[in-house]
Amino acid sequence: MSDLTQEFIQHVINGVSLGSIYALIALGYTMVYGILQLINFAHSEVYMVGAFAAYYGARHLGLNNSPGITTLIILLVFAMVVCSVLGVTIERFAYRPLRKAPKLNILITAIGVSLLLQYSGQIIFGADPKVFPNVLDDSVLAMIGTVELRTFDIAILGVSLFFTAVLTWMIQYTKIGKAMRAVSTNHVVASLMGINVDRVISFTFIIGSSLAGVGAVLVGMKYPKIDPLMGTLIGLKAFVAAVLGGIGSLGGAVLGGVLMGLSEEMVVAYLSSTYRDAFAFGLLILILIFRPAGLLGKASQEKV
Amino acid sequence: MTNSSESFGKKSLQTTVLPILAIVVFALLGQGLEVITNQYVQLVLLYVCANIIFAVSLNLVNGFTGQFSIGHAGFMAVGAYVSAYLSTSVVTQPGFFDFIWFAIAGGLVAAADGYVGGLPSLRLRGDYLAIVTLGFGEIIRVVLLNMPAVGGARGLGGIPRPAQIELGDFILTPFYLGYLQSIFWVIVTLVVLWRLVHSVHGRTFLSVREDEIAAQAMGINTTSVKVRAFVIAAFFAGIAGSVFAHSAQYLIPQTFAFTKSVDAIIMVVLGGMGSITGSVFAAVVVTLLPEFVLRPLADYTGVDLRMVIYSLALILFMIARPQGIFGTREINDLWRRK
Amino acid sequence: MSSPQGEVILEAKDVTMQFGGLKAVDTFNIALRKGELAGLIGPNGAGKTTVFNVLTGVYKPTKGDVHLCGVDIRPLKPFKISHLGISRTFQNIRLFRDLSVIDNVLIAAHQHAEYTMLDSVLRLPKHFWGEAHLRKQALELLHIFNLDKKADYQAGGLPYGEQRKLEIIRALATEPKMLFLDEPAAGMNHKESESLMETIAKIRKDFGLTVLLIEHDMKLVMGICERILVLDHGVTISQGNPEHVRKDPKVIAAYLGADFDQGVDRG
Repeated sequence: MSDLTQEFIQHVINGVSLGSIYALIALGYTMVYGILQLINFAHSEVYMVGAFAAYYGARHLGLNNSPGITTLIILLVFAMVVCSVLGVTIERFAYRPLRKAPKLNILITAIGVSLLLQYSGQIIFGADPKVFPNVLDDSVLAMIGTVELRTFDIAILGVSLFFTAVLTWMIQYTKIGKAMRAVSTNHVVASLMGINVDRVISFTFIIGSSLAGVGAVLVGMKYPKIDPLMGTLIGLKAFVAAVLGGIGSLGGAVLGGVLMGLSEEMVVAYLSSTYRDAFAFGLLILILIFRPAGLLGKASQEKV
Repeated sequence: MTNSSESFGKKSLQTTVLPILAIVVFALLGQGLEVITNQYVQLVLLYVCANIIFAVSLNLVNGFTGQFSIGHAGFMAVGAYVSAYLSTSVVTQPGFFDFIWFAIAGGLVAAADGYVGGLPSLRLRGDYLAIVTLGFGEIIRVVLLNMPAVGGARGLGGIPRPAQIELGDFILTPFYLGYLQSIFWVIVTLVVLWRLVHSVHGRTFLSVREDEIAAQAMGINTTSVKVRAFVIAAFFAGIAGSVFAHSAQYLIPQTFAFTKSVDAIIMVVLGGMGSITGSVFAAVVVTLLPEFVLRPLADYTGVDLRMVIYSLALILFMIARPQGIFGTREINDLWRRK
Repeated sequence: MSSPQGEVILEAKDVTMQFGGLKAVDTFNIALRKGELAGLIGPNGAGKTTVFNVLTGVYKPTKGDVHLCGVDIRPLKPFKISHLGISRTFQNIRLFRDLSVIDNVLIAAHQHAEYTMLDSVLRLPKHFWGEAHLRKQALELLHIFNLDKKADYQAGGLPYGEQRKLEIIRALATEPKMLFLDEPAAGMNHKESESLMETIAKIRKDFGLTVLLIEHDMKLVMGICERILVLDHGVTISQGNPEHVRKDPKVIAAYLGADFDQGVDRG
């Protein structure tokens, strides 16, 4: 295998790794949009809180320097629980009262919640970055030529696949999953069928927020510097990923996330790293202009 | 109601006199203000002027036309930088009336940007449009950040105020002259937007907000109305930028980040989406509050609560009182039977 | 009622509207003559509103064409079609609810304003004259349904029946040649519906309009329409004058179960 190919494969691995994280966060965006037609601006801050929850949890439990699978699992659980609670609380108190309000109002509220969390975070956690605890030993598990398969990437891939599989199973085969699909298709009819729409929506937020928590721990593991504004950029990219894949489509979120991660990695590797972030915005605008439904979504028609 | 052309002419004249009178009143007030206030307060007053124009212009798009524009700071940035560039690098020794041209130039370039920014509304609705406007605002900021001609990250400094004018013993200071210009623009903005909205053409904005499909069925080209709203709003945001630039006398791109757009959203929401009076009121409150209440509080407690309070206010208003303080009422509803 | 002899001003040929697998309208044909008062009836879901939407440019037909005074309106946007002289009301009332009654009418009159934005911004006499003129016309139109007294009321606050009437007036304010009314009597009781139908007939005469109306209530439609088309599951099953349609066995079959002979009282 030539050097170029090996380098390329390394980038693919990095890209997929990054992409899985985007996918996890994108799933949260897409599920909430599918069910409420709302861009949950606050999702990126829920993610941020997850990172800090894991951070403080680790400190509390004395897990700052004991890398290992157990630590990973504990931190994941911690983050998932805190994020779920936060997500559900936001839904209950900020979004639910506006269920019948014009879309602009709920959008503004979402922006408000996002800002509130960011700035409160700065006050409560302090604006300076903190160092995430050691989750796993960063070692090379395998080598194919010069291509390295590191523990981090394997862990990220493994955890993402696991949760994506669980989610898919839940959506396809459980009662609550069916209810979620029903509510996202038509919540009026769903409620007429006896589905408790409020509960389903809360549950959706729990799932979406938990996944954000998972993403937060994985990011903290790989990029240990965390700060209260860390959610903004990654939230944007995950959102673009969700739109790219087709917002409202779970498969789309995963596909979009992976594509987003891959293309960002390629842009940085082969073009220029200064364009890393601008790339996301540019891509978003292009998608919205040329194919707003995304890759796997379908455009809907308004009834006249 | 008399329908004679004479009474129409009289009405026309009456409505022309009022704004001129307002300018004269504020001009006189300004002289007094200059005496009793210090430089800091004077600067804040100029900021109030800029924010009034900024807020009212956003209200046209979000409040009256019902569109989701959340990147409005980008247009203000364009106006600020264009006019500042003219007054610092293009024209040496600008005279009093030159500043008016700087502002207009800023407004026009911003309006052109508004056209580009408004085009996505051809295809996009609601949340999607919001994201694009947000992106657009950010792109403008990043472009300015990477433009050495206007200082890039270091910023553009040394922006002049109108040179002092001496009328015999009477001295018109740069602050006073800058103040006059700011007041002029505030009044022009309010008058133009008010008159626009209270006319048959203005009502088309409202129709787009209320029900686009019905509006189209009534012959209204809703896309063109939306773009028009963006362009006009961007123009005045540019003017606001010019007023801001020549008051602060120093610009950095960071000033016009998303936070500034949020400021405008807060002003519009607080005042009432669809009330010009509300936006004026809110702009005054939102500008003065941080300066005279929050900053001293922050100094005392060591914690800057401004954005926390703002975001909380945003959420609470949207839940409890989405129509803001004034709803869609205007000041003239006080004496007009509705 | 005499049959109109006017030229054909709206012609739809073999219009088919397909949404994915659903054929909402199948091979619809109509040739409306100037001054005609025609009715489109059929059970719920028959595709009547879809026909309206195609004819007014809200939907582009999957197949077939539509010509208004010889102009192919398919590529045109709804607002352009409105400029050509078609105006409509909606099945689910689309008033500008937060605006006043008279504002709803004034907005519709926007095409015919004779003063520009600049005139308004400068508040030239032309603006005041124009506004007064539009207001006067609006009030006259509102007077048709006695809504002029409620000119400054919020449109969304009006009783349901008056909202429907307001929608009709708003449609009239665009000075159309053709008026499409989608279930204008929905929600009205029998007396109100009859009075509404009389007013529609009068409007047709006074304004020289061509009217196409969708209704459920057969009795009302029989009362004023000169020609009736009957749709069922997107297919035109009958067409002709009221007598012909009333007796057509296909129409009776489609309405089996519904009490069309006596009309239904929706109080």
